[in-house]
Order: sequence, then structure tokens, then C-alpha cells
Amino acid sequence: MQPTSHADAPVQESHHAEPGFWQKYIFSTDHKVIGVQYGITGLMFLFFGFCLMTIMRWQLAYPGHPIPIIGHLLYRVLGEGMATKEGVMMPDLYNSFGAMHGTIMVFLAIVPLAFGAFGNFVTPLQIGAPDMTFPRLNMVSYQFYFMGGVLMLSSFFIPGGAAKSGWTSYSPLATLTDPSLHPNGQTFWIIGMVCLISSSLLGAVNFITTIIQLRAKGLSWMRLPFFVWAQLVTGFLLLLAFPPLEAAAVMQLMDNVLHTSFFLPTGLVVSGQMLHLSGGGSPLLWQHLFWFLGHPEVYVLILPAMGIVTEIIANNTRKPIWGYRSMVYAVMVIGFLSFIVWAHHMYLTGMGTRIATFFQTTTMMISIPSVIILTALFISLWGASIRINTPMLFALGFLPMFGIGGLTGLPLGFNASDIALHDTYYVIAHFHYVVAPGTIFGLFAGIYYWYPKITGRMMNEFWGKVHFGLSFIFMNLVFMPMFIQGMAGMSRRLYDGGVRYMATPDVVGLSPSVVGLNVNITHAVWGLGLAQIPFIINFFWSIKRGRKAASDNPWEATTLEWQTPTPPPHGNFDKPVEVFRGPYEYSVPGKSRDFTPQNEPERTEPLTHGNPVRS
Amino acid sequence: MEIPYAVKPRPDTGLYNAKVGIWLFLASEVMLFGALFCSYILLRVNAPDGMWPHHWLNIPLGMTNTLVLIASSVTVVLSWASLKMGNFKQYKLCQGITILCALTFLGIKSFEYRDKFVHYNVVLKDGRVADGHLQKAETNDKTVVLEGWWPKDQAQLMNPPLGHEEVKIEIPRDQIKTMENYGPWHHTYLAIYFTLTGLHALHVIAGAIVIFAIWGPLAKVWEQDPERYINRVEVSGLFWHFVDLVWIFLFPVLYLL
Amino acid sequence: MNPTPSTVAAARADEHTIEEMRHHIRRYLIVGVALAIGTALTVWASLFDFGSRTTNIVVALIIAGCKGSLVVCFFMHLISEKKMIYAVLAFTTFFFAALMYLTLWSTNHNSIIHIG
Repeated sequence: MQPTSHADAPVQESHHAEPGFWQKYIFSTDHKVIGVQYGITGLMFLFFGFCLMTIMRWQLAYPGHPIPIIGHLLYRVLGEGMATKEGVMMPDLYNSFGAMHGTIMVFLAIVPLAFGAFGNFVTPLQIGAPDMTFPRLNMVSYQFYFMGGVLMLSSFFIPGGAAKSGWTSYSPLATLTDPSLHPNGQTFWIIGMVCLISSSLLGAVNFITTIIQLRAKGLSWMRLPFFVWAQLVTGFLLLLAFPPLEAAAVMQLMDNVLHTSFFLPTGLVVSGQMLHLSGGGSPLLWQHLFWFLGHPEVYVLILPAMGIVTEIIANNTRKPIWGYRSMVYAVMVIGFLSFIVWAHHMYLTGMGTRIATFFQTTTMMISIPSVIILTALFISLWGASIRINTPMLFALGFLPMFGIGGLTGLPLGFNASDIALHDTYYVIAHFHYVVAPGTIFGLFAGIYYWYPKITGRMMNEFWGKVHFGLSFIFMNLVFMPMFIQGMAGMSRRLYDGGVRYMATPDVVGLSPSVVGLNVNITHAVWGLGLAQIPFIINFFWSIKRGRKAASDNPWEATTLEWQTPTPPPHGNFDKPVEVFRGPYEYSVPGKSRDFTPQNEPERTEPLTHGNPVRS
Repeated sequence: MEIPYAVKPRPDTGLYNAKVGIWLFLASEVMLFGALFCSYILLRVNAPDGMWPHHWLNIPLGMTNTLVLIASSVTVVLSWASLKMGNFKQYKLCQGITILCALTFLGIKSFEYRDKFVHYNVVLKDGRVADGHLQKAETNDKTVVLEGWWPKDQAQLMNPPLGHEEVKIEIPRDQIKTMENYGPWHHTYLAIYFTLTGLHALHVIAGAIVIFAIWGPLAKVWEQDPERYINRVEVSGLFWHFVDLVWIFLFPVLYLL
Repeated sequence: MNPTPSTVAAARADEHTIEEMRHHIRRYLIVGVALAIGTALTVWASLFDFGSRTTNIVVALIIAGCKGSLVVCFFMHLISEKKMIYAVLAFTTFFFAALMYLTLWSTNHNSIIHIG
């Protein structure tokens, strides 16, 4: 059958009229525009999530004291259930800020930045593709994300406030809200989550199909930049792990709104009253379905950052990544194992020792490929000509920070030690080390690195270094003390910071110095916040006033995204790309330059002493 | 640069883009329905003995719906085959039948849903239990009238004997302790039934809309780019078969076991 | 009458494709009938007393599994699909099984299904 299809015609000129503002910037189907949309929205949510936490930290350091400036505003806007007239934070507000800080940071900030923003902008370029395979689906994915964000934010302003049952939304707590509040913050949260999950699912389909189908000629699997491998595995995690949470969210929504009992056991009594429900449900079911997503989700948070850091390290060491092949296999193993470790979040539910042992075993196993990746990155520094610039500083900073985060996860992975550490500040310290000085440093590195490709200008180096130095110091000052607090037994989600469990002469409890660390941590958070100001100013100022990039490839990188004009035009490459070599051909002996782009054709080249050598 | 492999397959994978995309999407749907089936098993296994209902659903209707979906699965793949043979008229006919089958399925499902919402379980103050369909015309604010039966104990209520006799039951409202219809709130079995079949029905609706859109408004693409059109029909057909596949498991699990 | 692309396509749908399709169509119809019989069989089996409830469940799932396989292999052409698709589905099946098995393993131990 010979179709008379236009799709087979050779390179087509686009005869579309120049699109208007709305088509070009708001309803664009171009992956680069969508990437920037995700980036800007994600950074705004990152900032907002940070602000929520600074308010919480005031309450933790000075429990019961009015919050300056904002406290009275909270009372005026949210009412007296949330803040007193003087501006003291009420427990309900603390809980809702806590739940929303987690939700916003994980689902509205980090994943959209790591996967939506960087993934969208860089991946098609790095594989030599003109765009994603399904550009319109890409646009719809962003729109779902945006809707989810709007729902989450608006939930603060409805009667009863935003969700307050943790980002984990465990039943029965998440279902047992005041029946007079309908719809309530928890319902908004669930519907918001359904939007966000759908956004990620559609995005994952797009990413995986694009990487499989649109790799340029000559770009075999083992010639892919590690960044692309990381995004591919991340896509699979999102694709297969999110749907059970979507199912669970629907069921919890039905529990909330239609009074079903999916997660509510028989015989529930609240405030002395037996609840009039069918019962027969299982709270444990929610936990299983939530963590089935929850665990792969944390790998979704870290893998793109590992990808970014790898690119930057290769570029600034001017040599290939050591153990590239091992890293690729390791990331695939991480992806696979991440599906069968989830119940290490549930050691204290009484599931039984045999199953706990199973999950403990798989959890220990998954630390191996993580260590392989980190080790390969460390070894890549050996014997390198390290260029110190802001992206490289953040990439280097990532390595020990992720190391601390990963290693401190081990006592949590062991069932026995987890008994003491579960639900304490130790857990908070562990996961923040991985995501905050871990992933976020990777994201900062990526912003400084790819900024010149997007804008044609460099961000200011001096202020970039200031941003790095201050952030590094304050991140550690914020989270390191939390390990001590956790090991001393301070529980999570206590709105008074542990004061009620403080030791008194008659009662055993937390030592005052451990509780007192709350003040130090809060001060460090203020420092961390101030440290971001140079970054924010630098980011906006450099768009128009930054030093112009020396060329389309200012970092002298080998990967394909740097072999395009700046910014890359619609369609990215004017003719099909052909790739001739691996992704990290830096400092190859015999070449005149210390890097060879992937798509540079082979040609004969004289050696320095005059003999022509096939390059 | 045009996006390659939108219509012609990529040589090394042997696939065109939308086919990869739809199989990935179906994989995620397997996990979605899989989680719900997993929840079903967990809820049922955890229910105390004798507290899980059987035969609360109409088997002949369920079987009819199963056959309707199977027929639609046949017609959907026949319509693709017709296009491959260049026979557009036959495609139009087969796919039209597919859409009719979808509407029939949804019609029967709506009838079944409505039936549950007018089916009431009434516990009287003296401990007796009446169970039956509300007779709206005869019910007023003094008396509730059901067409039903008096199960003698919990076991009978959970396992209504097939073909039990229905009689008219009149209950004065002041004798009623609780009265609840067979909505998802009534029992976790109904909760999971409505969720599974509801989500499935949403997929039937979505699939039918897409198939209709390709069959109707977008049919002109056949003239412009037949291979692209055939691919669209194939991809939407794959989704439709998945919908049928889910029902093949839903029917015995919810109706028969 | 000017040939439209569809008539051109029809004319060019060569004999080989048409013959191949006729073979496939026959197959589809056979599978369709098999599925209908399978449905009747499912209902009959559920009403038949095998002795234990577990046996009924196993039988029903086996029949459903066979019907499902027919749909997937022949209607969805999985039996002649490409390796990439097999790979994706293999992983999906594994993770689905893991979700089912591990979740059930962790719960109520006083149940009909004794696992772990």
C-alpha cells in the first residue's frame, strides 16, 4: 500500500504564520517553551514551599510567640482557627503548613523542575530530536500540572484550610474531618494530586517514547549522555508507580466525599461516638498503595539530579566519566529495585517479621547501585583538570551531601534501628540531605550550566560562588543538628518543637539542649533564605545584563544540546543529526581540541608533529 | 524538521511513535486497575467470615454486557482490517457497530447503577431486616413501601438465595431504625464495585469518544494520509481491547465469585 | 471519475495484503466465538459446585486468563509484536505481581489465602 502521505516528504519548510503571543508562550507545544514554563512555575513553588517552612520554623524555635509581620496577616486572611489575633500559629495551621510544604516541594517543585523543566528542555536536544514525539500531549501535561498547583494553593483559603494530614495523607486521619466542612482541604488535595499524577503519567509516556524513537542516527544506547538515561529510568518510575496512587486517591476521595470505607476499619470511634460507616476497610491498604508510589518517587527526585551532575562533572573535568557503563547498569537496577522496597516505610505497622525482612533485604540491595553511581562520579575526579565554576561547585557539593543523605538512610533501612528512628527528626534530616543539598544543588548546578543555552548570557560567576558557599554552609547548619534531635528521640510533626516532651526534674524526656537546637536551626534557615537572594537577583538580572556567552558552546561541551544555535530554534536542528561517538569525548589524545562534539564528523587531522592521523 | 516515525516505523524498533506511546499508556493502566484488583482482594480476604456478599448483582445483565463488549472488540479489529484492505465502507460499518455496542454497554450499566440506588436495606427497631426496591409511587412521609423480602439473618442477606420470592412490604417510618440504599457507602464490596466499574465505564466513554471522533469528524484524514489514519484506528483499537480485557476480569470477579 | 487517494489506496492494497488480512479476519471471528463460549463457560462454572470456594475462584480466573490471553495475543497482535513492547510488558507484569503478592503477604494472616 503506497499512501500519498506528506509525512514522507523530505525536510519541510514550515509555512505557518508567525504565532501570536498566546500560541508562542502560553499554549506552546515546543518542548523548550514548555520546559521553561515548568521551570518558572517550579521555582515559584520552590520559593513558596520554602516560605511555608520558614514560618513553621519560627513556631518551632519560639513556640507560642507571635510571628512578626506575617502572624497578624495570617489571622486576617485565614481566620482564628489558624492563627490568634496576635499572630500566634495554631496547631492546625502548623499541620497544614507541614502537609503542604511536603506536597508542594515534592510534587509541585522538585519533580516539575527535575523532570518537567530540565527533562523537557534538554532531552530532545541531547538526542538530536526536533521535539518530543507528542508535543500537544506535552502541553496538556503542563496544563494538568498548573491546574493541580492552582487547586493546591487555593485550598489554603477555603474554610478549614488546606490539607493537614501530612503529605502522606494517611487514613483514617485524612478522612475524619469536620463533616460541616465540605468540600474540605483534604478533598482539594486529593483532586490536586489526581491532576498532578495525570500530568506526570502523560509526561512519562512522552519522555520514554521520545528517547526510544527519536534518537539521532548513530546515537546508540551506550552513546547516550547519562542525563538521558537518568530521565528514561525516571520516566518508567513515574509511568508504573504513580497509577496505584491514583487508584488510592480515588478511593480516599470516595471515603471523604461519599462516605465509603475503603480505608476505614470497622468500629471506628471518634470523640466517643461510633461512626456510622460500613467499615470493613483497611488503613494499611492506603499505606501500601501510597508507598508503592512513595518509594519510586524519591528516586524520581534524585535521578535527574544525578544526571545533571554527571554532565557537569564530565564537562568540567575535561575527561570521560569513569565507569559510564556501570553507571548505566546501576541506574537501571535502581529503577527496577525501587519498586520492591516500599514497605521499609511501614516497618512499624506490625506487618510481620518475614515480610519486614524481605523489604529490608531489597532495601539493602538498592544501596549498592546508588553507591556505584556516587563512586563512579568521585573516581571521575581523579586525575582530572578540574575547572572551578559555579555549576561545578554545585555538582561537587552534591557528591558529599548525597553521600551523607544516602549513608544516613541505612539505619532507617534496617528494621531494628528503624524502631528507634522511625518518625523522628532523624528521618527528616536524612531525606532533606538527599533532596535539599542533594537534588536542589543538582538543580542549581543545572540552572547555572544551561542558562547560556537558553538565554545566550552567562549568570554572574562571583555571585554564583557566593550563592554556593553560603547555601552549602547553611544547608548543613539546618539539617545536621536534626540527626542529633532525631537520635535523641524528638518526634516529627510536633508543632511545639518537642517542648511538651522536654525532660523535667521528675520526668524523663528530651534534653533542653536538644530542643534548644530548634533555635539554631531556625537561625540557619534564615541564613539559607538570605543566601538565595543573590541567586534570585542574578537569575533575573543576567537575562538582559549578563555577560554574553562566548559562543553557542561556552562550556566547550561535547553533548548535542550545545551544538545548536542559541537559543535553539523551533525544530532544534535544521537538518537531521548524525552522531559518531560517545557522549564524553574529552581530552582524547591526538586531537587538537580537548573536546569533540558527538556530531562532529570523522576527518583526518594532522598531529602536532605533522603526521596526518585519522581522527 | 518534522517529527520522524509518526507514521512510518523506525527501522530498529520496528514501531511507529503512537504505538510505543499507547502500549506505555496501557502498561500504566494495568498498574491502575491492578491496584484496584489488589484492593479488592485485600478487602475481601480481610472481611470476617460470612460478611462478604455474593450474588448481589444481576448475572444475566452482566453476561450480556460481557458479550456486548466482546462483540465490540471483534468489530473494532475488523474495522482496522477493513482499512488495511482499503475497504473504507466496511470500516465505517464495523466501527459504527463498535460505537453502538459501547452505547449499549453504558446503557445497561446505567440501568444497573440506578437499580442499586433504589435498592434499600431497612433495619427496623424490633431488629427485623427488610430488603428490597423502593416503590416510589406508594411511599410517602408516613410509610415506606418496598418490593422485597425479609432475610432471616446476616448470612442470608449476604448470600441471597437465587430466585427468592419478592413481596410487597409496608413499613411505617416510625418503626425504622436505619434505612440505607445499596450505594458505595453501604458495604466495601459495593464501594469497590462502583469504583472498579465506574472507572471502567469512564474508560469506555473516553474510548468511545476517541473512536467516534476518528470515525466521524476526522474521517477526512483517510483521504489525505491513509497510513496515518490506519495507525490512529489501530491505536484507538488497542485502547478499546484493553477496556474489554479489564471487563473480562471484572465480570467474574464482581458478579460471579 | 478521478481516482481519489482512497481508491488509489484500495487499488494498491495488493493481493498479498488482502489475502493476509482475510486470514486474519477469519482468525478474529474464531477468537470472537471462543470468547463468547468462554463467557458462557464462566457463568456455568460459577454455578457449579466444585466443593470448595477456592476451586471456583481458581477455575474462574483460569478461564478469564485464557479469554484475556486471546484478546491480547490476537486482537492486540501481541503474539507478533516487537521486542520493545514485550520488554515493557514483562516489567509491568512483574511489578503488578509484586504489588499484589507483597501487599497481601503483609496483611491479615487469618484468611483463606495463606501466604507467607
